[in-house]
Order: sequence, then C-alpha cells, then structure tokens
Amino acid sequence: MGAGHTHKLYRHGHSAVHALPPQCKLAAAFAFVVVVVSTPREAVWAFALYAVLLAAVAAAARIPAGFLLRRLLIEVPFVAFAVLMPFVAQGERVGVLGVSLSVSGLWGAWNVLAKGTLGVAASVLLASTTELRALLLGMQRLKLPPLLVQIATFMIRYGDVITGELRRMSIARRSRGFEARGVRHWGVLAKTAGSLFIRSYERGERVYLAMVSRGYTGSMPVIDDIAASRAQWAHAAVLPVTALAVCLMGWTL
Amino acid sequence: MHVPDGFIDAPVSVAAGVAAAGAVAVSLRGARRELEDSAAPLAGLVAAFIFAVQMLNFPVAAGTSGHLLGGALAAILVGPYTGVLCVSVVLLMQGVLFADGGLTALGVNVMNMAVVTVVVAYAVFRGLVKVLPKTRRSVTAAAFTGALLSVPGAAVMFTLFYAVGGTTDVPLGKVFTAMVGVHVLIGIGEAVITAATVGAVLAVRPDLVHGARGLSTPLKLRVGGELVDAPAAAAPVAPVAGPRSTRPVWITGLVTALVLAGFVSYYASASPDGLEKVAADKGIDRNERGHAAAGSPLADYSVKDVPDTRLSGGLAGVIGVGATVAVGTGIFWMVRRRRADELTATSTSVAG
Repeated sequence: MGAGHTHKLYRHGHSAVHALPPQCKLAAAFAFVVVVVSTPREAVWAFALYAVLLAAVAAAARIPAGFLLRRLLIEVPFVAFAVLMPFVAQGERVGVLGVSLSVSGLWGAWNVLAKGTLGVAASVLLASTTELRALLLGMQRLKLPPLLVQIATFMIRYGDVITGELRRMSIARRSRGFEARGVRHWGVLAKTAGSLFIRSYERGERVYLAMVSRGYTGSMPVIDDIAASRAQWAHAAVLPVTALAVCLMGWTL
Repeated sequence: MHVPDGFIDAPVSVAAGVAAAGAVAVSLRGARRELEDSAAPLAGLVAAFIFAVQMLNFPVAAGTSGHLLGGALAAILVGPYTGVLCVSVVLLMQGVLFADGGLTALGVNVMNMAVVTVVVAYAVFRGLVKVLPKTRRSVTAAAFTGALLSVPGAAVMFTLFYAVGGTTDVPLGKVFTAMVGVHVLIGIGEAVITAATVGAVLAVRPDLVHGARGLSTPLKLRVGGELVDAPAAAAPVAPVAGPRSTRPVWITGLVTALVLAGFVSYYASASPDGLEKVAADKGIDRNERGHAAAGSPLADYSVKDVPDTRLSGGLAGVIGVGATVAVGTGIFWMVRRRRADELTATSTSVAG
C-alpha cells in the first residue's frame, strides 16, 4: 500500500492512451479480443495486422517493446501445451524434418498461440496504461454489480497486506531453519494457510466495523466519478473497429 | 488451468460467459445472506486470502511444486456463495490485471474454476458431514474428499467445454484422459492441504468454519445442579427474502440450459463432418468452413466413434444439457440448504 498506491503493472505516463477513460479502454480491449477470437485461423495475415494494431497502440502509449514482451512471458505454459498439439492431434499428417506432424494439430497450435498471445498483449496494454482504481471505477461505469466492484476493490486494496503477511510468516519460518522440501512439510504450510485465513477474516471483520462506525450502509460513495465524452468513446473504438474490418476481410477473402 | 483466448471458440465462450454471469448473480444474493450484510469487506478480504494462498507453493518432489486452487477451501471456510464470488473476483482480476486467462475465456474460467470446484466440493462436503458422525475429524475427512473430487470435476467441465467449442483437433478421449489424469494427481495435493488447513482453522477458531457450523453442541444451562437444554429460541421469524429466492435460481438455470442447448443444437444441425468434407473437397465457402473447423473436435469425435452425425450431435446436446441441469440442481439444492441454515441463524441472532 506504500509508494503512491499504484500497482507494479501500471506504467505511469501522459499519453493519449493513458488519458482515455477506463471504461472506454476496458470495452475496447474486450471487443478487440472478441474480434480476434472469432477470426478464422486460416487468415494468417489478419493476425499479423492485429499485432501491428496493438504495436501502434503500444507506441501511442509509449510502452517500450521490452516491457511488453517481458510481460508476455505469462503465456509460457500455454505455449508448452500448443507445442504438444501437432504430435497428438489426428487427421492428415505431414513430415517436417523427419517428424510426422498432424496438419490440423499444427493449425490448432497456431490458433491457440496467435489468439492467446494477442489476448495477453491486449490485457497487458490495458493494465499498464490504466491505474488500478481507475480500472475498478471503469468496471462500475460498465454496470458491473456494485457489490462485485466493492469486493474487487477490497481484494486489491488488501491483497498486498495479506501477501505481505504471508511473506512475513515465511521469513519467520525460514529464520527458524525451516525449509519446505517435500510432502512431509505440507502440514506446516497448511497451518500457515489456516492462520492466514483467520487473520484475513478477522481483519475483514475489523474493517467492516470501522466502516459501519463511519456511516457505511452497504454502498460506497463515488467521489471521483469519471464520465466519458462521445469523442473519447470514438477514440477508444478505433482499435476494435479496425480489428473488425480486418476480421471481416479475413472471413470474405 | 487458466484457459487462454482462442482455446474455446467464440459462441461457446459467450454462452459460458452468460452462464457464469448468472452464477455470479446468484452468488451475490447468497453471499449477502452468508455474510450478513458485511459482504463487501469480508468477501474482499477472503478473495485477497485466496489470491495470496495461490502464491503459497507446495513442494511435491525434487524440483516440482504446486499451488492451491482454493475453490474447495473457500467453499468450506466461508460458504459456497461467498466461495464462488471470491474465486470469480480473483479470476476477474487475474484476467484483467495479470493477463492470466483470456478476457473472452473469463466465462469458461469462472465456470470451471469457481463454479464447478465450489459446487462439487461443497455438495460432497455437506453430504459427507451429514452422513459421518458429528466430530471435527469427520469435517476434516469431508473436506479432504470434497477437495479431492472438486479438481477432477473442473477438469471434466473443461473437457465438456472443449467437446462443444474446442478449436483444436485433439481427440476428445485423449483430452479427457490427460486432463482428468493430471487433475486427479493435483486433486490429491489440493485435498491434503485443504483438509490440513481446515483442520488448523478448526483447532483455533471453529466458529469461523462455515461448513462446521452444525457441529456446535446445543446450549445447556445448569439449573439446580443438573444440565438442562436451554429453552429453544423464539420462533424463527419468517425470512422475508426466503420465498422469492428460488425463482431467480430457476430462471437462471433455465436460461443457461436454453442458451447452451441452443448452441449445442446449432453445432448438431451444422452437421460438421459432411460440410467439412465438402468444403475441403471443393473449397467452396470459407465462411462455412470456418464454422466446421471450429466444431471439428466434435466432428472428429462423431466421425470416429459414432457414425451418425445426428446421433452424435444429439449426444453432445444431452451431455451439455445434462451438465447444465446438474450444475443448476446443485445450486438449487444449496439454496434450499442455506435457507434451512438461515432459519437457525435467524433464531440464534434473535436469541443473542
């Protein structure tokens, strides 16, 4: 909770992308991913165009390519799965360098890799240009149930506190010579989780009582409301609309 | 198990999203009752707990380690509705902030990892707690079994989604075997740690364990040197929210079933194999071919094992609707249970 209340995923800046209201960015990112997912996988060039579009957005937001690529590493587990696919899928087979690979498996691997990577890149761009609090406000503006947004707010707000508590417990264990090496030590870790739960729950009760004593009746006052103008919506719509045009070309060509 | 974008095709993702939204709406209502109005801060802190506990790595053997999924743990510690809600919020935040799990696959992820794990774990847990003797040990044993089954349950649900809307050509049997096989192993770890965690909380704050609330012995008073049962609390006030609470559940379940069945029948009537063959032979309509390719696992499955496409399509439909009805019934069953619990809760709060 220290250091300016920003999360480490956010990259501070003053670009046009940063300045857009969060609800526009959320809607645009979501629409973009929907369009990408519904593109036929045979239209390889369309995915290249999508990547160019995202690169343009990243350039406009002044997000360095290295930052973006490092964050894309979250995708590695799916890549491993996609690499397996040509070997186990059925259908017509083709020999590549003496290895027999399934054609449809290769297409499937390409499909998951391309669409997954574009989806991850879109979310990374969204998270690195939008402040956390703004994201939650944007969700509220997009008519997500207020209770859900409140829960998410509390989760984010106390996420670091709870994680910090877990880290302190881990330091305490290690400074007493404990090292989890295998199944035999699961009991200790489970007790850690148990006491973490009790601490979180009790903190929740204290927070709730503190809020009630300050007049909380179930809804949070909105003090920093953000309205989006028509022009801002239009700016945000550029990305998904261009993507939609590419997608339609992919279907017809 | 976070499903990325593009793994499940768009129509099925949308259908899963609708179903997930329904489930979250039902849980929002239920959580309000489970947490007695303090829903937001408490559920938020529990969500933060699940988020943190997923970072706790458990060494399995040399070099490999796993982490808790947390669905079963949340269901047993704070109740099924709050559990679904908290895991869903965690998934939402992971999807939006950390790009872990695709934005379009959010519905699929919520259905798999929040709804199915929680419903399976809680149903098994409640069933066992009812059957077993009322001791702490049986609560721990029930937690073990619930968590053990919840993870393969999510894997089965994933396979169902894959059967209906998978975009790759891996045969269904292989996916099923691999997913369920791996997740039975993961389930064992999840079960051991969930049971130990529930045991640890039970030892310190048994009142916090939602699943063990029935365990508290009835209040006894010492009157004139001997123990007598405390007078029953005043007649429970009829809950105002009670009678209307089942209708949205039914409507949600019905809409979910209809949406899923609609998409399934769409695939069935598109008769994937014939069209695929024609399109591949003649290369006629790329639009149609796209659809056929999207439904290809189902198509291959039907070509291989069930020769009649109508029959196989119908089978897929039955599987889909069956799964939906099972989930819907599970939710409904829990709502009824909760109402019974609520009566006792009301009476205690009246007494206290």
